[in-house]
Amino acid sequence: MVLDSMKQIFECSEQEQIPFWEVVLRYDMDLRQVSRQASMAKMLSTWEAIQEAADSYTGTQRSVSGLVGGDGLKMRMYMRRGESICGDLIGEAIVQAISMAESNACMRRIVAAPTAGSCGVVPAVLLALRRQEDYTQHQLLEALYVASGIAAVIAYRASISGAAGGCQAEIGTASAMAAGALVALRGGTNGQIGHAVAIALKNLMGLVCDPVAGLVEVPCVKRNVIGAVNAISAADMALAGIESRIPVDEVIDAMGEVGRRMPVEFRETALGGLAATPTGEAVKARMPHGE
Amino acid sequence: MIDIFDMMGPVMVGPSSSHTAGAARIGAMGRTLLGEEVAEAKIGLHGSFAETGIGHGTDRALLAGLLGMKPDDLRIPNAYQEAKNAGMRYAFYTVDLRDAHPNTALLELTGKNGKKMSLQASSVGGGAIVVNKIDGISVSFTGEFNTLIVRNQDESGSVAAITSILSQLRINVANMSVSRHRRGGNALMVIETDQHIKPYQVEFLAQLPSILSLTYYDKEDDEDGSGFDEANL
Repeated sequence: MVLDSMKQIFECSEQEQIPFWEVVLRYDMDLRQVSRQASMAKMLSTWEAIQEAADSYTGTQRSVSGLVGGDGLKMRMYMRRGESICGDLIGEAIVQAISMAESNACMRRIVAAPTAGSCGVVPAVLLALRRQEDYTQHQLLEALYVASGIAAVIAYRASISGAAGGCQAEIGTASAMAAGALVALRGGTNGQIGHAVAIALKNLMGLVCDPVAGLVEVPCVKRNVIGAVNAISAADMALAGIESRIPVDEVIDAMGEVGRRMPVEFRETALGGLAATPTGEAVKARMPHGE
Repeated sequence: MIDIFDMMGPVMVGPSSSHTAGAARIGAMGRTLLGEEVAEAKIGLHGSFAETGIGHGTDRALLAGLLGMKPDDLRIPNAYQEAKNAGMRYAFYTVDLRDAHPNTALLELTGKNGKKMSLQASSVGGGAIVVNKIDGISVSFTGEFNTLIVRNQDESGSVAAITSILSQLRINVANMSVSRHRRGGNALMVIETDQHIKPYQVEFLAQLPSILSLTYYDKEDDEDGSGFDEANL
């Protein structure tokens, strides 16, 4: 079995009369030749690593360049003052997305999802929704399987790497994973998962990868926030019955095509976009070099 | 085939799966293949490893790997201090390797007992690595299998000797390659296997005539899930 399209997952789910997440679980059991317990135990330790990273964030660390650190704490204090325009759920998602992405930049332990640079998106939406609503650990693992399956399809059909497809392939994919996971948590249908993925990807299509000094810091940390917030809105739209007019597999293919045609300056080379601004160049000039 | 735990994972110390997690794996591969503790490491950084390596902790991750740490080891940020504590000497330099992947490191290692080895490896994305050269001889393997690296005399029968014993041990060869400097000189066999090879079996293979030396990389098994009960979630 290959996870080569969302359509294939939907068909398998229907034929076998099993939910989306279980199609992905069975794929993993088949690919790695492991038991159901072994697969789920690994997903559980993955989830525990995510929670540990979130719980141990203090906001006191700085990245090697000094550009990143402390903003998750700033957002947390702002939320505590009750002044947030976004409200509790989105506000919490912003806190978690920044905190996790900062943790990555500061060489703390994180879970790449699908990449290290986009590691804050999926955790942010799951941790924020769980704070507000009761979910069993089983349901959260199911959501992680859904997210992983979505990423596997995108990796197969398009790309999940900024060097190959720009930021749309990293934060875009993370956002699609998060949107699908949210719909699954809320008990949405397979069709709604597909629409949420399609909407999330479409709304970040074309996003370039332009890291200042080539580091996973600026603008990566804050782009985790747009990935999370975009996922929440896409999930809500899908759960409301709003449909993507372009089917999800075609959206994924379009994202892949945009990535392939994206100039190399916008694919992680730090030669364009924000990296090529006067300020971006100045940061690069004062970075320690491997000479 | 795409592993879903490469999509939701790896669990790693940031900031970059290619520049940090992959670098740690390259270091650890070097230490394993050397077969003893590293006393001295000369580390050449090529391409993007040289350009943005320091900002990504590539240097620290390589040292951490050479000290035997895994990509999720929280001591990676303190690898310079850890190296000092372990008495490992190191030097970094920038190198321009022809036709190499942008994220490539060249490690020249000397062990505590004087063993020497050089290894060139690339970090090819998501934390995955490919070893390109051992002691200047081209190879290609990833560490995703159990891997035997055999230095042997380039003469007929030496390949068959190893593979026939593996088959008697019921160890299936997944991939295999043979390369050499020149005809009749030293050759290098890389044999990737599905099953683990036990230490005494490795020792036995090393005793075969025509084999100069042999190192073995044992792939770590995934969690087997024992003690996990879905009903407790």
